[in-house]
Amino acid sequence: MSAQSMDQRDRPTGYLPEGADINRNIAARRLRGAIWQAIFVSSLIIGLLALATLIYTIVDDTFGYIAVQTKVDPEELTGGRPLEELSKEELIEILRANVPAGLFRRFDRDEPFSERSKESVLQLVEERVVGREVVAAYKLTESLLERERIEATVRERFPRAKLEFHSWINREFLTRPMSSVPLLAGVGNAILGSLWVIAITMLLAIPIGILGGVYLEEYASDTWYYRLIETNINNLAGVPSIIYGILGLAVFVRALEALTSGAMFGVTDSNGRTILSAGLTMALLVLPLMIINVREAIRAVPQSLRQASYGLGATKWQTVWHHVLPNALPGILTGTILSVSRAMGETAPLIVIGASTFVVFFPDSVFDKFTVIPIQIYNWTSQPGAQFRSIAAAAIIVLLVTLLALNATAILLRNRLRRNY
Amino acid sequence: MEQEARVAVERSTPLSISPINLRGKPRFGENVIEIIVFVCGAISIFTTTAIVIVLFQEAWLFFGSPEVDLAEFFGTTTWQPETGRFGIWPLMTSTLITSIIALMVAVPLGLGAAIYLSEYASPQARGYLKPILEVLAGVPTVVYGYFALTFVTPVILQGLLGKGNVEIYNMLSAGLTMGIMILPLVASISEDALSAVPRALREGAYGLGATRLETSLRIVVPAALSGILAAVIVAMSRAVGETMIVALAAGAGPRFTFNPLQAAETMTGHIARISGGDISYASIQYTSIFAIALVLFFMTLLLNLLSGWVVRRFREVYE
Repeated sequence: MSAQSMDQRDRPTGYLPEGADINRNIAARRLRGAIWQAIFVSSLIIGLLALATLIYTIVDDTFGYIAVQTKVDPEELTGGRPLEELSKEELIEILRANVPAGLFRRFDRDEPFSERSKESVLQLVEERVVGREVVAAYKLTESLLERERIEATVRERFPRAKLEFHSWINREFLTRPMSSVPLLAGVGNAILGSLWVIAITMLLAIPIGILGGVYLEEYASDTWYYRLIETNINNLAGVPSIIYGILGLAVFVRALEALTSGAMFGVTDSNGRTILSAGLTMALLVLPLMIINVREAIRAVPQSLRQASYGLGATKWQTVWHHVLPNALPGILTGTILSVSRAMGETAPLIVIGASTFVVFFPDSVFDKFTVIPIQIYNWTSQPGAQFRSIAAAAIIVLLVTLLALNATAILLRNRLRRNY
Repeated sequence: MEQEARVAVERSTPLSISPINLRGKPRFGENVIEIIVFVCGAISIFTTTAIVIVLFQEAWLFFGSPEVDLAEFFGTTTWQPETGRFGIWPLMTSTLITSIIALMVAVPLGLGAAIYLSEYASPQARGYLKPILEVLAGVPTVVYGYFALTFVTPVILQGLLGKGNVEIYNMLSAGLTMGIMILPLVASISEDALSAVPRALREGAYGLGATRLETSLRIVVPAALSGILAAVIVAMSRAVGETMIVALAAGAGPRFTFNPLQAAETMTGHIARISGGDISYASIQYTSIFAIALVLFFMTLLLNLLSGWVVRRFREVYE
C-alpha cells in the first residue's frame, strides 16, 4: 500500500518527497527493486527447471523394472545352449518346428531364408517362438523407491513372470531394426537412415551454402537482385519446416519421381518417397541457415587480408580460395555442424514426404524407403502403452546425445581454431 | 603548353608503364566461377519460387474443384474432407489458441530472463547461463512433443485440474510446451537488443538516482523496444509454424472449440497427419493440404516481414 502511494507517477509533476517521506520513498523503491529482481531470476529458473524436468522425464522412462514372461522357455528349445550361439540353420529348424507352416512359407516369401542374415532369423525366432513378452513396465523412480510394492504386484498378477531391471537403451536397441514388439525393437535402421539423409543433405548444402555465401559477401555489388536474394534468404530462414515438406512432396516425390525413385537408373520397386527425396528436401531447408552462417564467418575475415592479396596481384577467386575461405574455416565448420544438427532433429518435413514409420530393413541405396530417428520417436510416442513410451525415451537419448556431441564439437572447434586479428 | 604536355604524359603513363593491359586480359576461369557462385546464391530464389508455384498450383486445383469455394473456405467452421466440407476456421482457431498460449508463457518468461541476463547477472553467471538456455533451444521439437504428452498433460495439467477435466490431447499442454520451446528464442533476441543499449544511458539514469529496476524498466527496455517487439513477432511466427508438438499433443481431428482443455487439430498438425497417411495425388484431400499450407505460408511471411518492418521503424540509433 505504502509502496503504491510513494510512486512518483501518482504525484503531480515536480513533486519531491521531503522529510520522513524521503526515507520511506527510498525504502519502497528498494523493496520494489528486490521483488522484481526475484521475478526476473525466477523466470530464468523456470526455463532451467523445464530443461531439468525434460531430462528427468526421459531418463525416468528409459530405465526401470520390467516383468517378462515367455511363451516357451528358450532353454527347452535348444537344450540349454543360448539362442545367440546357434547357427542360422539350427535357428531355421527351430522356426520350422514351432510356427504354423503357412506362416513359415510367408516369411520365406517376404525374404528367402537363404538370403536372410542370422540376426534376422534370430529375431524371428525370438519374436514368434520364444515370445518374450513384457507384461508390465515401471519407471525408474518407482523402481527405486517402491521396489516391494512392485514385486508384490507382479507376484500377484503375473505369477509366471520374472521381474528384472531393464535399460531400454542397450546395444541391441542401437543395432536392431524396427519391430512391432517394443522389447525387440531398435533404432538400428533409423540411425542408418538418418546418416544417409544427412550425408545427401550435406553433400548438397555444404558446397552450395559456401559458394552462395561467397557470392553475397565477396562478389555481389549492391544491385536490386543482390538485395532480392538477401531479403529472400532471410525470409526463407523463417518459413516453417513443414512448408519445405510440402515443397518436397510436390517437387521431389511427385514431379521428379523418375529421378528420386531411381526409375531412370533402372530401379523398379520404388516410388518417390526415398532417401534421395528426403536429402534434397532437407538440403533446401538447411541452405538458408548455412548461407547465413557462412556469410557471418566470411565477414569476420579482415579486409586487410584481401587487400594484401590483391596487392600481390591475385585475382578475385585466388583471393577467396587461398585467403578468405581458409581464414573463415572455423566459422564455416561451426555453421556446418549447426546445420547438421538442425537436419538431424527435423521431423515434420520428413513426415510429409513420407518417411515410412514401419520399415524393418536397413536401407542400402538412396532409392530405398527409410526411417529416421526423430520419426521413430514420433511414431512410438503416439502409440499407446508404457513400453512404447520407454523406447521413445531411449530413442530420444540416442538423438540428444548425438546432438550434444555435435554441438560440443562445434564449440570446441570454434575455440581451438579461432584466430585473433 | 607545358601544362598540356604534362597532362598528356600523366594520362598516358599507366599504359606506357604496363606493356600488357592486365585488366583487359580475358580470364575465362574467373568468369565461370563468378557465374557458378551467382547461381549458388540464386538457388534460394528458386526455393521461394518453387514454394509459391507449388502452393498456388495445387491450391488452384483445390479451389477449382466443385466441392469448394472461397466463401466456404474462409467463412464456415467445419473441416470434414470426408463429407466435402472445407471451412478452415477450426484449424485456424486451434493454431491461434496454441500460439497465443505459447506466447503468454514465452514472452514474460523470456523477457524476464533476458532482463536478468543483461542487467543483473555478472559476466561469469551469464557465461554459463546463456549456453544452458541455448541447449533448450537446440532440443528437437519432437522431443518437446513427447514431453507434452508424457509429462505436461498427465502430471501437471491432470494433476492440477483433475483427470476428468483435461483431455489426453489438449491445446493447453501443446501451447505451454511450445512456450518453453520458444522461451530461449525470445530471451536470446531480447538479450541482444538490451545489451546493445549504450552504457551511457544507464549511467545517466544511475546519476539521477534511479535504482537498477527503474533503469532497466524505464530506460533500457524502452530503448530496446524494437528488438523486443521483433523477438515477440518472430516467436509468434515460430509458434504458428511449429508442427511436431501440436501433432503429438494437441490431438488429431479438427474441432471448432475455444476451450484449451479440449483436443483440436492445428493447421500444421492436419497437414502432417493427412500427408503421413497414404493419399492419392488425385484426391481433394491431397490438394486441400496445399491450400492450408498456402494460408500458413502467408501468415508466417506476413509475421516475418512485420518483424523486419518493426525493427526498421522503431529502431533507436545511438552514436
